[in-house]
Amino acid sequence: MAALAVLAIPFAVPTIWMVAASIKPLPEIFKAPPSLWTEHPTLAAYGEAFTFQPFARQYVNSVYIAVLVTLITLLVSSMAGYAFARIRFPGANALFLVVLTGLLVPSEVTIVPLFQVFKRAGLINTHWPLILVTAFGAPCVLASFIMRQFFIALPAELEEAGRLDGLGRPGIWWRICLPLARPALSAVAILTFLASWNLYLEPTVYLTSPELFTLPQALTRFTDAYGADMWNTQLAAATMTVLPVLIVFVIAQRQFVEGLAHSGLK
Amino acid sequence: MRYWTTRRRDVLTGYLFIAPQLAGVLLFVLIPVGLAIWYSLNKWNVFTGKQVFVGADHYAALASDPQLPSVLLATVVFSGGVVVLNITLGLLIAVLLNRQFRGATFFRTLFFSPVVVSVVAWTLVWGFLLQDNGGINGLLHAIGVDGPNWLQHGDTAMLSVIVSQVVRSVGVNMVLFLAALQGVPSELYEAARIDGARSRSIFARITLPLISPTVLLTAIITVVGALQSFAQIAVLTGGGPELSTTVLVYYVFQQAFEFNNIGYGSTLALMLLSFVMVLTLLQWQLRRKWVFHEQ
Repeated sequence: MAALAVLAIPFAVPTIWMVAASIKPLPEIFKAPPSLWTEHPTLAAYGEAFTFQPFARQYVNSVYIAVLVTLITLLVSSMAGYAFARIRFPGANALFLVVLTGLLVPSEVTIVPLFQVFKRAGLINTHWPLILVTAFGAPCVLASFIMRQFFIALPAELEEAGRLDGLGRPGIWWRICLPLARPALSAVAILTFLASWNLYLEPTVYLTSPELFTLPQALTRFTDAYGADMWNTQLAAATMTVLPVLIVFVIAQRQFVEGLAHSGLK
Repeated sequence: MRYWTTRRRDVLTGYLFIAPQLAGVLLFVLIPVGLAIWYSLNKWNVFTGKQVFVGADHYAALASDPQLPSVLLATVVFSGGVVVLNITLGLLIAVLLNRQFRGATFFRTLFFSPVVVSVVAWTLVWGFLLQDNGGINGLLHAIGVDGPNWLQHGDTAMLSVIVSQVVRSVGVNMVLFLAALQGVPSELYEAARIDGARSRSIFARITLPLISPTVLLTAIITVVGALQSFAQIAVLTGGGPELSTTVLVYYVFQQAFEFNNIGYGSTLALMLLSFVMVLTLLQWQLRRKWVFHEQ
């Protein structure tokens, strides 16, 4: 227990410190000796986050992109995963291998040519690259793989029963298999949402207008005219980015742990 | 006989169901890789936008790039440091948590929590704490130690990016190790205890050999993840001071997007791709051999 408590310090303290420092008046932030307590808590930094940048807009951008990407990925991956697991069609194995190459290629590699392609298509400084590449590209491939592993284990009798009830393939997929796949779907949803929510390289490369920024990118732009970090504003914005996800995590931690452990299995 | 038999309909549904995913892989993975190869064989004039075929020139340039040796060294140090620290810490936490005690779930949740924290937010906070007059040096000062200006010296900057990266991501490995530990049959432990084995030798002789496939597979994935760590380095050190934390993925970004060297940037990206591909294929091959740790 004592060993665990000591080990836990670097895991817990940064987040606690972030919240504590975000409500301190600026002069107290670097006061020595360091303390998590303040006599004069203030929400000034939170207000400043919204006036210094279009932070509310950036928040909405991150949320709507992550939700949209998650919905598309759920649909695309559950269809592909189902077909690869349950339907026999010529070339299925070869095509599955083609899809799996998506797990071999890091997005940090494809972004170099993709930037040129999106530039030519006039989609630079729009949200399209962030949505399309995440929803159909590598993160979606991992999702398809997870869905396939799930559907492969389903007993064939369930589908037989559906067929006897007069359902076609799409009906069997939608009415019988998807409702059973809730654990796999929630794993995919959590993985995909966080993958989109955390994107940093892509927005940095594709977006130039602050009102289009997503949260991670916005967080790094709280610097004053001299390029110095506006620490308390930055920490307030970081707190607003992190806390909602952390709270959902604490409530649904089992689903999160199981879902994200998939990302470590690849 | 009607044409649309159940079988034919099934085949059509199969193709339609995989079509969006297949199109996604073609458009956003395979074609870009092909384009990257093509770009690596061409040189762009940034001002006129014209491109000239230069063959293997960019590949030859790899050998004469004065910065590349330092970049590769930083990549090896960073990935090596991350994997060693991550696996050691992940195993240690998993072993400590793999006993029935009150609060185990609390600690598991706590150790896992940084995984769900945005990388940029997490790294910003570490950057804040690692300032010369920041929280970490403040705490060190309180116990009479004079801490360095962490992010301004090559070695401590590298240490900082490694540690902040490991603490953020070790939760995933911890969970995988916990699952592996729970897969070790308890009879083995009982038998060893009856034979009078001490807990340290039980761990070395029974636990470790049985979970070693998981450890090796996890280690490879951890290296692959480290090779792709962009945000951590961009936010914490910006590759500096000098080139000390400029790892390959960051160098690719600089060449392609800051210096607009599309051809050379693509060449470097393909180098990164080859490292990741070799490691991932190795991992798949090994996993096929030792599937027993999965359902």
